[in-house]
Amino acid sequence: MSLDISFIGILIGSIMASSVPLILAASGELITERSGVLNLGVEGMMIIGAISGFALMVITDNLFIAIVGSMLSGVIISIIFGFLTQSLLTNHVATGLALTIFGIGLSAMLGKNFVGIPGKEFPILFSSLRESIPFFGPILFGHSIVLYFAFALPFLTNYFLKKTKLGLIVRAVGDSPVSASNQGINVILVRYCCILYGGAMCGLAGAYLSLIYTPQWIENMTAGRGWIALALVVFATWSPIKVLIGALIFGGITILQLHMQAIGFRIPVQFLSALPYLMTIIVLVVISRDSRKIKLNTPSSLGRIFYKEK
Amino acid sequence: MALYFFTPFIAIILTILGGGIIFYILGFNPIEALKFYFITPISNLYGFSELLLKATPLCLIAIGLSFCFKSNNWNIGAEGQLTFGAIVGGGVALLFYNQEGFYILPLVILAGAIGGMIFALIPAILKTYFNTNEILVSLMLVYVSKLLLDYLVVGPWSNPEGFNFPETRQFSDSSRMPLLFEGLRIHAGIFLALAAVMLSWFILYKTYLGFQIKVSGLSLKTAKYAGFKGKTMILVVFMISGACAGLAGVGEITGPIGQLHRMISPDYGFTAIIVAFLGRLNPFGIIFASLVVALTYLGAETTQIFLQIPKYTGQVFQGMILFFLLASDYLLFFKVKILNLKKNELRH
Repeated sequence: MSLDISFIGILIGSIMASSVPLILAASGELITERSGVLNLGVEGMMIIGAISGFALMVITDNLFIAIVGSMLSGVIISIIFGFLTQSLLTNHVATGLALTIFGIGLSAMLGKNFVGIPGKEFPILFSSLRESIPFFGPILFGHSIVLYFAFALPFLTNYFLKKTKLGLIVRAVGDSPVSASNQGINVILVRYCCILYGGAMCGLAGAYLSLIYTPQWIENMTAGRGWIALALVVFATWSPIKVLIGALIFGGITILQLHMQAIGFRIPVQFLSALPYLMTIIVLVVISRDSRKIKLNTPSSLGRIFYKEK
Repeated sequence: MALYFFTPFIAIILTILGGGIIFYILGFNPIEALKFYFITPISNLYGFSELLLKATPLCLIAIGLSFCFKSNNWNIGAEGQLTFGAIVGGGVALLFYNQEGFYILPLVILAGAIGGMIFALIPAILKTYFNTNEILVSLMLVYVSKLLLDYLVVGPWSNPEGFNFPETRQFSDSSRMPLLFEGLRIHAGIFLALAAVMLSWFILYKTYLGFQIKVSGLSLKTAKYAGFKGKTMILVVFMISGACAGLAGVGEITGPIGQLHRMISPDYGFTAIIVAFLGRLNPFGIIFASLVVALTYLGAETTQIFLQIPKYTGQVFQGMILFFLLASDYLLFFKVKILNLKKNELRH
């Protein structure tokens, strides 16, 4: 492996690509959690997005429909979660777990006939610039539109939460649902919207895996990325920009691990594959040690059930 | 209170209806498919033995989880604790692969329980001393333990005469659970599960520890006010839970499997979460729930054989059970509200 400058450019480009599903899912979950809802169904929503995106691509042969459809399917499955937690006041943790188990099973059932079908090439933007500019070419150009969207998303999310009235409402609902409700805000409606938005982003994250990154349908292909995305939200202390940084670190570990395997590093493959998961634990420990910092940033009503007396 | 134990039945009925609808959408006669799913698997003695075989690990793990869930500790990594328990227990069994002796099986079982316990202590210690979220840590460790198992069966522990198959040697007969009946796979591990049920009932309802666990689950503030040592309790419930999962793992490898390989558990550790809830975190409720959920595994296998419906219907059914169970709790909530209203009226 020669460490010349163009190789590093390609490496950074691939790290960016592998962090996309994490950015999308974590940004979506961040909004959900900011409204006070803890949805542990990220993995389930992602895998549903992955299979529905891939299935729609095979059936319609249209990538646009596939992408939009994956987001819609994420929304549809998150409605189950929203209805249970918001309208039937169920426990967020248990409901999220059920959503993940249900989603993994349903995706494998739906995907039975799509195993082994090759994916379609996803159009990339500025491919000529990628080749012609050394170093910066592979970093900045030659990616899918979803990647550009994913990298803009944390900044948009930050702007939304900090500078818009709607963002203020979301934060108010998450920090103090009772006062928000007394101000005439429909807490349940706001939370529903945030849950559905989270579902859409997780669906898109799944579709990125099955349509662009891998691109094919493999059972259980999200392989814990949904859970890592959940950990990223804690890691980022609920700040969108830090989600981006965290996702790049995890993308980096994934790619590093693949390269170490490829050059025959003298460590068993399984230990390298375990790195992202171990890293998640270590990062969580480091971040959570300062309990005051965590408390200060956690949406105060996170995971608590809210209902309005009638 | 009666309704509290009645709603799981509502959830099961709704799940069966929901399953019928799914089969109908997939283009099957729903009545016939449901018959294949819920009745065919247990219509003979062999099927019934298989039901108990699958219910055993589910029951064991769920009993352990009930300690965690009752005290508001979200251990969702039982699958990892099961795997690590199986690795440690399996390691001991492999040490004695060419020996016989009555002491081997107890050693293997003990090693499995300790393995699961140690693995569960990781999220517990990180939670108590570093304030780390136990949900995420216990879950990440599932992936780590499965990769470790994969490494061992492919690498250092693989069978030298195994033509590079990813599996270890067969355990010696002394490391295997005794079979209860000739020709059936049901083994002595079921007594471990029953012992766990009895013991957990005793601990939860007859000891000070059980009282602490229940109070902490209902109100952390009250527990603090009462001066309970929260940290010790968290460590203890995780250890109990890990030991049970480790026992389940060891029961699988010394029971029906007889060696270590990659697929020692069809996600029993995750499914047991549903069992724990369906059984209302009550030891005897969990026995019943483990039988119901074990049937979803068997049903999924039978419908795959007879109707070529992929076996993942099992997970879909399991997810649905939990959804419907949580949803039917709304009835309880309503009941509480109505009672409160009546009380208020009386006061006026």
